[in-house]
Amino acid sequence: MIVNELAVGAQGQSPAGGRPIGEVILDLQNISLSFGGVKALTDISFNVRKGEIRSIIGPNGAGKSSMLNVINGVYHPQQGSVIFHGEKRRDMDPHKAAAQGIARTFQNIALFKGMSVLDNIMTGRILKMKTNLLQHALFWGAAQREEIEHRKKVEEVIDFLEIQSIRKTPVGRLPYGLQKRVELGRALAAEPSMLLLDEPMAGMNVEEKQDMSRFILDVNDQFGTTIVLIEHDMGVVMDISDRVVVLDYGKKIGDGTPEEVMANPDVIAAYLGTSH
Amino acid sequence: MFYREAGQFKASYQADQQIFPIRQDKIAVWALVLFFAAVVPVIADQYWLKAILIPVLIFSLAALGLNILTGYAGQLSLGSAAFMAVGAFGAYNFMLRIDGMPFLVAIVLGGLCAAAVGVLFGLPSLRIKGFYLAVATLAAQFFIVWALVKFPWFSNYSSSGVISTQEINILGFAFDGPTSKYMLTLAVVVILALAAKNMVRSSTGRAWMAVRDMDVAAEVIGIRPMRTKLIAFAVSSFYCGVAGALYAYTYLGTVEPEGFNLDLSFKILFMIIIGGTGSIMGSFLGAAFIVLLPILLDNFVPSLLGDLVSASFVSNFQLIVFGAMIIFFLIVEPHGLARLWQIGKEKLRLWPFPH
Repeated sequence: MIVNELAVGAQGQSPAGGRPIGEVILDLQNISLSFGGVKALTDISFNVRKGEIRSIIGPNGAGKSSMLNVINGVYHPQQGSVIFHGEKRRDMDPHKAAAQGIARTFQNIALFKGMSVLDNIMTGRILKMKTNLLQHALFWGAAQREEIEHRKKVEEVIDFLEIQSIRKTPVGRLPYGLQKRVELGRALAAEPSMLLLDEPMAGMNVEEKQDMSRFILDVNDQFGTTIVLIEHDMGVVMDISDRVVVLDYGKKIGDGTPEEVMANPDVIAAYLGTSH
Repeated sequence: MFYREAGQFKASYQADQQIFPIRQDKIAVWALVLFFAAVVPVIADQYWLKAILIPVLIFSLAALGLNILTGYAGQLSLGSAAFMAVGAFGAYNFMLRIDGMPFLVAIVLGGLCAAAVGVLFGLPSLRIKGFYLAVATLAAQFFIVWALVKFPWFSNYSSSGVISTQEINILGFAFDGPTSKYMLTLAVVVILALAAKNMVRSSTGRAWMAVRDMDVAAEVIGIRPMRTKLIAFAVSSFYCGVAGALYAYTYLGTVEPEGFNLDLSFKILFMIIIGGTGSIMGSFLGAAFIVLLPILLDNFVPSLLGDLVSASFVSNFQLIVFGAMIIFFLIVEPHGLARLWQIGKEKLRLWPFPH
């Protein structure tokens, strides 16, 4: 199965094409992370360039999600440094990462179940809203103007993701594929400079995967958003990524363009196993 | 058949943001408010005003406060009655110790005292969740009542700890009868309910609900969980505090710290469970239900069963019905009466057609 997917990917074209890939904006140096005695990440270094689609792949438990959690400040690595926009990061938390323009989606959908699609996406703009509690209580003047102004932005996101018909639906009632799309919408509403996607296509059928791939490419193309992607579907990863980093048991075993990674014997061993 | 939104188009975001976007709803709500403001004071007798309408309004406000904290921000609290006590005794002391203190300012200050105490007891919520937080707020419940009894300064050294509230006088008009007290309570409750609705439909409310539904995701999109929870504690306690001040001034007239005991906290919690967590209207429905049900049972059970049952059976029967209702709502409709109302409205949109 995996052999097939790798083969399919090999035929695909790398989309690097004419998009401007800029300088390194995120540099991870010798990151090590452990929980008690369990080493989740060991001495991992890689970087992300502005405007590229950077994928992280690897078998289950390789530390991919931990890596994203390090990037947006949920986990704090014991060793190594994270350099974002040329600045070394100290005592990070997710809120600060959000303020610096990093948005993300989750492997298991993390939408706000009790709220409508519209409200979920509106929460994505919370950092840009400046009115305070008392103004909200009055809902007059500045608070109302701000609400309308941000609603316009949110409607743009809704149009972009083609979810106009469900904007007032509570997210709990939506099918899985649409929930994933709404979650992408919530991240996009923050107008991030870097978007972390944790398995955006897990559990989707082929059509839904195609839609999601199109949205990811469009976001990257139209807004110039840098994307860090975790995905298990090798066909998709090899098709849309500019560069791929491969993790296995918390260690980096490969890094490079999709073609380079697929030719890497360590990567093939990790995916297919080797005879010892 | 008459409840259709067909033909009502929203041409601006402002129109789409209204609290009651459907015209029929808007008309119904205005009619209801007008009825309670203009018709009820004329037709209701003293008993209705004093024993039913004023307490329903006050408990609605307290339930609204708890609903903001528990229903919207997801932080379970068993200290609502204690925050009411802070509001009541706060307002009393401001009235007592500052000459010429206007009544409305005193209840706002009482509410602010409750908000400050609420924030203090909300601090554990940053570390603990669910049942453990409920136990921490239980500490607030016992500590506050204990402190109000322990330090007689709060009750102006009255020998029994009971305070008798001062007369209410706003701009020279004395609110001394049940009708004027009802109107005052209604005005305060309507204004605060509107403010609560406005808060929950703006980014403050979305932050509360985000923290309630998925706190990790909330933090990742830039919501500060600590700030959000403490704001919820402050606003919730403010509402409870104002409700407590009204409870003392417009409902009972004399209150003691022990009156704000755990039973009252539970009563308010039941109101939001039965009325509907995470719903402004649910707070009103729940409060009305819990205040009215015992009165209904008191009046109807004896007349139904006559001399077959004793008075003590009737009061126990009340408790049985309450218990059964709570279990029923927790299992069948966790979103309470408000959700049933909403389902009814959705059905009414289609009626008499099946689809």
